[in-house]
Amino acid sequence: MMQNQVKQMHTPKYFPLLLVGTLVLTVLCIVASLAFGSRTVGWNELLDGLFRPAVQSYEADIVRERVVRTIFSFMCGAALGVAGALMQSVTRNPIADPSILGVNTGAALAVVIGIAFFNIATASAFIWFALVGALLTAIFVFGIGSLGRGGATPLKLVLAGAATSAALSSLVMALMIPRSNVMDQFRFWQVGSVGAGNLDSIFTFLPFLLIGLVIAVVTAPSLNALALGEEMAKSLGVRTGTLKLTASFAGVILCGAATALAGPIGFIGLLAPHLIRLVLGPDQRYLMPMSALAGAIILTFSDVMGRLLGSPGELEVGIVTAFIGAPILILLTMKVKVRGL
Amino acid sequence: MASIMKVEHLTSGYEDKMILNDISLEIPSNQISIIIGANGCGKSTLLKTMARLIKPSAGQVTLYDKPISKMAPKKLARVLGMLPQSPVVPEGITVADLVGRGRYPHQSFLKGWTKADYEAVAEAMEMMNITEFADRPIDELSGGQRQRVWIAMALAQQTDVLFLDEPTTYLDITYQVEILDLLTDLNRKYGTTIVMVLHDINLSARYADYIFALDKGKLIAEGKPSNVITCDLIHRVFNLRCSVMCDPVSGSPSVIPIGRHHVQTETEEAAVAQLELV
Repeated sequence: MMQNQVKQMHTPKYFPLLLVGTLVLTVLCIVASLAFGSRTVGWNELLDGLFRPAVQSYEADIVRERVVRTIFSFMCGAALGVAGALMQSVTRNPIADPSILGVNTGAALAVVIGIAFFNIATASAFIWFALVGALLTAIFVFGIGSLGRGGATPLKLVLAGAATSAALSSLVMALMIPRSNVMDQFRFWQVGSVGAGNLDSIFTFLPFLLIGLVIAVVTAPSLNALALGEEMAKSLGVRTGTLKLTASFAGVILCGAATALAGPIGFIGLLAPHLIRLVLGPDQRYLMPMSALAGAIILTFSDVMGRLLGSPGELEVGIVTAFIGAPILILLTMKVKVRGL
Repeated sequence: MASIMKVEHLTSGYEDKMILNDISLEIPSNQISIIIGANGCGKSTLLKTMARLIKPSAGQVTLYDKPISKMAPKKLARVLGMLPQSPVVPEGITVADLVGRGRYPHQSFLKGWTKADYEAVAEAMEMMNITEFADRPIDELSGGQRQRVWIAMALAQQTDVLFLDEPTTYLDITYQVEILDLLTDLNRKYGTTIVMVLHDINLSARYADYIFALDKGKLIAEGKPSNVITCDLIHRVFNLRCSVMCDPVSGSPSVIPIGRHHVQTETEEAAVAQLELV
């Protein structure tokens, strides 16, 4: 058989099409995110803000501020999309997601504790508290899920995650309700918003995002082997224990960092990988980078929607993703079978 | 007979329960060996321990005279392949993608897919007659075709030794024979040493060069099928009375079970007499 033919068989059929499509969408999202909001900016002012630093006008300043917001939203979306893809692969559970496994709630609790008892207020303080919370919760959920026969089965993990999530959110409430100052600071964070993103949060976020993405891309071939089952993976020479630890760690720091800076944003980790899997199939080497792109696009699009719908104020992106995400996910599960792993 | 793998005083099982008890054996190289035994006797445990999927609590397994416990996982996977009983099929995966995953131990992240990888996959699919399905999703294939895809994946791994845990279970008789024929082709063409667990004694007797019979975690007989498959052994291993005939097709021993019903008197008496003899 011709080698080209074989090579072609190993590239998902719709990959070139999807790549072009996502790149076009990326550009559209960026333009929309820069132009739309409580005040819509025209083409000329857009170019002023972007490429003519000498021009000083109210509109140009708005555009410059929106650049930061757009970058931040792309980063958060990418982190959440990849975190979802990683957790789904490690647990071999199609509905695994940082929020379902309780990792987001763990991060939230840590942040509330930080605000209430340690008076934290900066991006880097938020990130470290959230990361510790996310990691501890992940370890706890994996620990509980691994008890009993058969180790960490997908079902046990999800049950452990749901139970832990419920318990931790009641703790969050218990800490918040008697403290009105915490409540005020936390309430905005709690919904999930990329509007608060500034240069400081971008630079705090960047190293975590890079480490997470690199681990995701490097472990993708081994995750492909793991998808065939624990025994098959081992006999292909995968150190499954190390792999699961590394990939979960990457997933946890990605969603922990995003949650710390933007607040808990649901559904991106579920939606982005599923959409990609639906089009490309289950090859993780394509799934990881494309989930990052898809997550970034969905989150930025949702943010723009939130600004338009909430005008003259804005609707936080966490509310929008829930509104867009929930029905799409239900549709996905009903009409097209959600691709397993 | 030259051996490729040696098992020495192996005791193995799961945390709470040891299943194999002090087993020693040698796997003949370039041959098809089949492990037979009743349910729960430790066949799969033996196969898994030899493939390092289970860590033995005592004893050791050596491959080419090197203990497998000391080999790097990927290095071992380039020499020894194992097809477990029920691997997971990722939904929507295509035949070519699945077969390609067998190349994992030969690849490194930086080098990615090489010419050798593409060739190995194409050759494995050719050998298992699944080239025409290459870009079809596995979900659309029949049970027999699926099993051929899995074997092609193991083949793409290009190992000297291939373990298979009940590769014919749940397949129609036609597909069982087809799979065993293909494995024999593989053994004859590349000299691959094959070790498998099979439930069907008659097919085992026909396709095996060498038989290992297990009972309650102990090795109780080994050798060529014609020497090993006897009424006495079947009675010990399966607690079943039977008559052993010569398979008119292959000349290998063939086991005819004797139950409580549908037994002609002469046979019954002959069988009883035979059992009393031993």
